[in-house]
Amino acid sequence: MTPSSSRSRLIDLVPHIVLIVGVLVFVYPIYVTLIGSTWDSGTIGRGGLPLWPSGEGPANYAQAWAGEAGDRAMYTPVRTMMLNSLVMALSIALGKIAISILSAYAVAFFRFPLRMAFFWLIFITLMLPVEVRIIPTYKVVADLGLIDTYAGLTIPLIASATATLLFRQFFLTIPDELLEAAKIDGAGPVRFFIDVVLPLSRTNIAALFVILFIYGWNQYLWPLLVTSSRDMETIVTGITKMIGTGESANDWHIIMATTVLAMLPPVAVVLLMQRWFVKGLVDSEK
Amino acid sequence: MATVDIRNVRKSYGPVEAIKGIDIAIRDGEFLVLLGPSGCGKSTLLRMVAGLETITGGEVAIGGRVVNQLDPKDRDIAMVFQNYALYPHMTVFDNMAYGLKIRGLPKAEIRARVDKAAAILELGRFLDRRPSQLSGGQRQRVAMGRAIVREPAAFLFDEPLSNLDAKLRTQMRVEIKRLQDRLRITSLYVTHDQVEAMTLADRILVMNHGVAEQIGTPLEVYQRPASLFVAGFIGSPPMNVLDGRIDDRGEAVDLAGGIRLALPQPRLSDAGRAVKLGVRPEHLATADSGFAIEVELVEALGADTVVYGRLAGGESLLVRVAGLPTCRNGDRLTVAPPPDALHLFDAVTGRRLEG
Repeated sequence: MTPSSSRSRLIDLVPHIVLIVGVLVFVYPIYVTLIGSTWDSGTIGRGGLPLWPSGEGPANYAQAWAGEAGDRAMYTPVRTMMLNSLVMALSIALGKIAISILSAYAVAFFRFPLRMAFFWLIFITLMLPVEVRIIPTYKVVADLGLIDTYAGLTIPLIASATATLLFRQFFLTIPDELLEAAKIDGAGPVRFFIDVVLPLSRTNIAALFVILFIYGWNQYLWPLLVTSSRDMETIVTGITKMIGTGESANDWHIIMATTVLAMLPPVAVVLLMQRWFVKGLVDSEK
Repeated sequence: MATVDIRNVRKSYGPVEAIKGIDIAIRDGEFLVLLGPSGCGKSTLLRMVAGLETITGGEVAIGGRVVNQLDPKDRDIAMVFQNYALYPHMTVFDNMAYGLKIRGLPKAEIRARVDKAAAILELGRFLDRRPSQLSGGQRQRVAMGRAIVREPAAFLFDEPLSNLDAKLRTQMRVEIKRLQDRLRITSLYVTHDQVEAMTLADRILVMNHGVAEQIGTPLEVYQRPASLFVAGFIGSPPMNVLDGRIDDRGEAVDLAGGIRLALPQPRLSDAGRAVKLGVRPEHLATADSGFAIEVELVEALGADTVVYGRLAGGESLLVRVAGLPTCRNGDRLTVAPPPDALHLFDAVTGRRLEG
């Protein structure tokens, strides 16, 4: 083997080593969680968690999924929390897409008074993180009697400047002639939206859906504020409530099983929509 | 099939008047070309006929019906755009059928019309493809197909060939001509390409700065340009223009350097008038007396040769002769036009002096 080819092998090897180390760093905690969910609470509690699975898995998952109580405390069953989280994530993702695609359509394709004023109003909300307006938002939701409802959980999070901007930028790349051709073909604004704009936005919608679903699924602060009953608990807040403040021991085996279950829907969404997701971010099909 | 009447149509953008009153009656089945440099308002005029721009003043009537207040879809027109404007997510068939679907035609009728148009345009094999899978020329044919299936009162073309390469443009030009001979649908065609205008038009409307400089058949526009602008815009290479003065007896034009060209007939009324004299490069031929030029550059185009000459006074003079070059840089030549090939324009207004 010539020196130059061995050098190129080395150059091939380095990125792989870096990537493998990176993967290990990311995967190891998840692996520990997975393993932990198959042991009994006693083993985990002693701090000597082995790196191989045990046989307690099915029991742990069954208990987490349906059980009202662990060995040491009362919990909301995962199936309830999963349903709540799913409703929240889907409502937020679909609601955000519906609202933002319509407002972007208005801003990009119609000329109406104060058009740019509205655009900038939407734009400046980008600069306000949820946390800044969370107290007034809470007050509004509370006064409307929406505490502990799905509406209160999702509606305040549905308005999205980011998605509106993304759609607007995409719409601006649709040539004016397409709109004019549709006008001459006899398509009004609604038909043009349904027949042309929506199909052309397909990949963008898919990419945004993945991002927004995960955003919705991972909401923490807002659900923590507006839900107080156990029936409305979402899985992300639920997990943190399972972990005690240190005065009592934790049901680590159930917590780990719950965590694993909590990861599944986002993973499923990413896997199912991967092809469209990448397409939507990488190329604009035109 | 219908007439299109444009009556004193104006367009203003705020204080800026882009179209300053255009009048033309387009006959049923006529092919009218709107020709002019970019920014002359020709596309704006077409878009006002289409209903894509509001009309500031005047009237547009299609088939005798004033359409000023009608939406584009109600004007019974079809338009072909420069960048084709095909729906990228639809097949060729759906692109052509879309307007018919919206109008609620029966499926069988749509199928029949699209098949017929596809046959005319030789698109039959591509009906299931997406626009992205077609070449530029094929896309342009789909855009024309979309117009044909509508069977409109008028076709509107907005520089349809500008995005094609030179060879394809020539080919599509011929196809449009054939299509027009076959369908005989009233057409308005916007272009800045004089060859397209000359070959396609029944009549040409030459526009400049929002004004109709001349309306006439291609040969009228070539043989009797109504203004210096038209004279310079039509013809390649452009017409030579020289300062001159009609002599006191109205019999000849005196030019700088003592050159004197006899007029075909005396113009007593214009005696002593300052004029611009136009001579087309292709009308100049070697002669015993006339313009003495020094050859500065020779362009051999194969079929003919363009000679860039300079007169003693410093003005340049282009000569176009058939065949291969017979002179070289630095040669001295004397060229002259036949008397009936002289064009006289008013030195101030630039309008043609008729007579």
